[in-house]
Amino acid sequence: MTPTPAIRLSALRKEFPGHPPVVAVDSIDLDIAAGEFFSMLGPSGSGKTTVLRMIAGFEEPTSGTVELAGDDVTGLPPYRRDVNTVFQDYALFPHMSIQDNVEYGLLVKKVAKAEARRRAGQALEQVRLSDMGKRRPAQLSGGQRQRIALARALVNRPKVLLLDEPLGALDLKLREQMQVELKAIQREVGITFLFVTHDQEEALTLSDRIAVFNAGRIEQVGTAREVYEQPATDFVAGFVGTSNRITGAAARAVVGRDGSFGIRPEKLTVVRRGSSAGDGLAHAPGTLAEVVYAGPVTRYVVDLDAGSRVIALHQNDHQSIDADLQRGADVDIAWHPEHVIAVPESPVSH
Amino acid sequence: MRLSTSTKWALAAFAALVLAFVYVPLIVVGINSFNADRAFGWPPSGFTTKWWAVAAQSEGARAALWMSVKAGLGATAIALVLGTLLSLALSRFDFWGKHTVNLLFILPIALPGIVTGIALQSMIQNVMQPVFGIGPGLFTVIVGHATFCMVTVFNNVSARLRRMGTSLEQASADLGASPLTTFRRVTFPLLRSGLVAGALLAFGLSFDEIVVTTFTAGPGSPTLPIWIYNNLFRPNQAPVVNVVAVVLVIASLIPVWVAQRLGGTDAAESRL
Repeated sequence: MTPTPAIRLSALRKEFPGHPPVVAVDSIDLDIAAGEFFSMLGPSGSGKTTVLRMIAGFEEPTSGTVELAGDDVTGLPPYRRDVNTVFQDYALFPHMSIQDNVEYGLLVKKVAKAEARRRAGQALEQVRLSDMGKRRPAQLSGGQRQRIALARALVNRPKVLLLDEPLGALDLKLREQMQVELKAIQREVGITFLFVTHDQEEALTLSDRIAVFNAGRIEQVGTAREVYEQPATDFVAGFVGTSNRITGAAARAVVGRDGSFGIRPEKLTVVRRGSSAGDGLAHAPGTLAEVVYAGPVTRYVVDLDAGSRVIALHQNDHQSIDADLQRGADVDIAWHPEHVIAVPESPVSH
Repeated sequence: MRLSTSTKWALAAFAALVLAFVYVPLIVVGINSFNADRAFGWPPSGFTTKWWAVAAQSEGARAALWMSVKAGLGATAIALVLGTLLSLALSRFDFWGKHTVNLLFILPIALPGIVTGIALQSMIQNVMQPVFGIGPGLFTVIVGHATFCMVTVFNNVSARLRRMGTSLEQASADLGASPLTTFRRVTFPLLRSGLVAGALLAFGLSFDEIVVTTFTAGPGSPTLPIWIYNNLFRPNQAPVVNVVAVVLVIASLIPVWVAQRLGGTDAAESRL
């Protein structure tokens, strides 16, 4: 028997009123295991935040159910659900001190003042802001506020922590630092994290599993490796990382059969026409349309003779690359045949 | 934007003219309250504080002032409760007929006061008095004033709620607080300065209202503005009227000034 999932969504659907109604979430089924770091990844408007808000209880589903640890909570208001949320705008109470903000959840649940104080102190320590307790939210930086929002939620020891694009407002450096911290804290507390993001790199870095959302549906659920290496649809292939799409005549010429195929830029090698790229590699001729040097990598844009444009990415590592490859040069692109993935059209078109 | 020197002078002169247009008459009233000449001959024949002493002794003026204060406080209290509740209902919940209720609520401030007055008077005369035994007096003045005072509270609270957004209240609910606890510990403390601003404006509005009051106050219980109006053309009372007018202006300006300071500073919100 499989253990009860921390979150189970069954045929969950949300329509917003309008003419015709807008289907934000289109009959989603999803199980999230206890202790998992699970990400919902998708472009804005794909329904991922609406799903999160239905789990928190801020939105009522049009149909379907939300179960938390086996209990149906679909009809319960937010304050009766054992989940806590880290909001995108942090939503710290501006009229309370940091200490009072963090204690809030405990005090409204009638935890004794001394105990609440102690646990809030621990939570502040966990996010390394112990000395900020007396301050007001307005006196903190964005990154600090973000960590207070995390502490305010974690102090309640919920079964599930919901994070709604929590790093969206931070600059890149801080973002990367917070990603590492977030992952460490999740490992430490062992709580299920449900993380909403539109940043594919963030999702790949943090998650045990990822659900890729598109137009209110889930296109694929899998580990970072699965989603990246074996995208189930062309949408996933295009949204998670970049992918060269090869279809039609080019597919017949390059792959040897009809269909829609994808290959990641870093799996392609560019060599001077006629020189060998290595054993067991397939290759196709083309013309170099652009060479872009970008520090750690060089990006080659190649127009295949078969009529498709592909991008190849080369690491600028110690094996120096052929610097003579110039725009307009006749080249071959080469690849391992197993890296060509058949990517069926997404069920939802754009 | 930069203006030429001559344009600046022209604009300054124009602004001064407009301000003079508004404030010179008020200043004249103020000066006349110290004018020794009973008929307000100009220029003032001498300085006297006699009229202030007389005014302080005037039973009628004092009763009217007290009446105005009671009416203002009563109307403000009703406006605070009803305006806030309605604002919360319209800002935070969806229900059938919401937009109609919203419009009906805002309307009284646009309605001509004379129409409100006539309507209220006919209601008092034909229904309240015969059926409930409630004649024109303090109670009817309070109710009449509350109809438009509610709107100022409603507007202030609504603006505050809109700016606050819903995420703080959601965060509170998310942390396990019931709707009542959320109101007590999050919504109300953040609304407080808006409520004070709304209440001060409401009081100021009630304090110098005359049209609706004329129709709702009984003959024996005038408010201060009505008392002034009644005594303006009595030669004996004229000097006292000037004094009372000055008091009225000051009493009306203070709440508006405080309300503006409260409403205008967002930074104050986090400190309140």
